[in-house]
Amino acid sequence: MRELSLNILDIAENSFKAEATEIEIVVKADANFLTISVIDNGVGMDEEFLKRVTDPFTTSRTTRKVGMGIPLIKMQAELCEGSFDIQSTKWVGTTLTASFKTNHIDRPPLGDIAETIVSLIADLKGAELTFRYELEGEEPFVLSTKEVKEELGDTIPIDTPDVLIFIKDLIKENIKLSIGGFSL
Amino acid sequence: MKSIADIKAIRDKMQSEIILRDSDETNEIRVVVGMATCGISAGARPVFNTLIDEVAKRKLTNVKVTRTGCLGMCKLEPIVEVFVPNQEKVTYVHVNSEKAMDIIVNHIVNGNVCKDYLIKDED
Ligand SMILES: Nc1ncnc2c1ncn2[C@@H]1O[C@H](COP(=O)(O)OP(=O)(O)O)[C@@H](O)[C@H]1O
Ligand code: FES
Ligand SMILES: [Mg+2]
Repeated sequence: MRELSLNILDIAENSFKAEATEIEIVVKADANFLTISVIDNGVGMDEEFLKRVTDPFTTSRTTRKVGMGIPLIKMQAELCEGSFDIQSTKWVGTTLTASFKTNHIDRPPLGDIAETIVSLIADLKGAELTFRYELEGEEPFVLSTKEVKEELGDTIPIDTPDVLIFIKDLIKENIKLSIGGFSL
Repeated sequence: MKSIADIKAIRDKMQSEIILRDSDETNEIRVVVGMATCGISAGARPVFNTLIDEVAKRKLTNVKVTRTGCLGMCKLEPIVEVFVPNQEKVTYVHVNSEKAMDIIVNHIVNGNVCKDYLIKDED
């Protein structure tokens, strides 16, 4: 993937597919590491399946034999001298964490994270999404769909295109895409 | 700088303009974008966002843009499916932002399928 925010979109799709009702996406960065976490309360995976999930020949899909999303982000993290971890409990949920050395030459840029978040909010499929963006030395930025829905009241759905465009601008204006001279 | 509270202004504006989504689901047009790993790496996200932007710009209150997983045709991604009530599903392949705009204008607004963007025999 050309942007880490595309990996984030792809990993978050797994959480929707797992029928999560709460999904949290966390992007953290300091001068050493950029860390991405996707946390959900979806159907989870059992131990045996989880062991195989980082192997590109594991998927529960029927249309294609191999799942590539998790092996891909794992490979990218390891290539960037970062780390990868996935924890899951059947019927409880899943937490995936991938970190990347911030200044590693092979690290893809974070890219358009606002577009990723808005793509998810446009079709929440009954889930609530929280996005946290934490740069060292900066106020964290938090966007929660629950909170946005409260502000909107009952008459305007959160997936109304005008609202989505507002949210995209809001994210873009509130997050800084560089740290210690490195562009994220 | 915008804050979440500013969304109230949007809410009030929308309520006064009554540009709320058409709640009658029987005439809802659904535009579905394949967002599995291959769709995303082939460019599905900008396509999806272009569709949202165009729907907002043209105030198409009866159109809903959604995501789906793997459509089983990796080589043809990004794929966009259009469901117009009482019509057969139309599948567009190798879609980019420019084609997405054409799909909104020609197919969704004017009712003319964009024939050039359908699956071709050589695919
Ligand atoms: N958050 C999750 N919750 C439950 N199952 C998951 C989750 N993430 C991944 N999986 C399982 O692991 C499989 C492989 O995931 P992935 O590598 O993203 O490939 P794909 O999504 O294309 O199948 C999925 O098909 C699914 O069965
Ligand atoms: S795996 Fe390629 S379209 Fe699904
Ligand atoms: Mg996946």
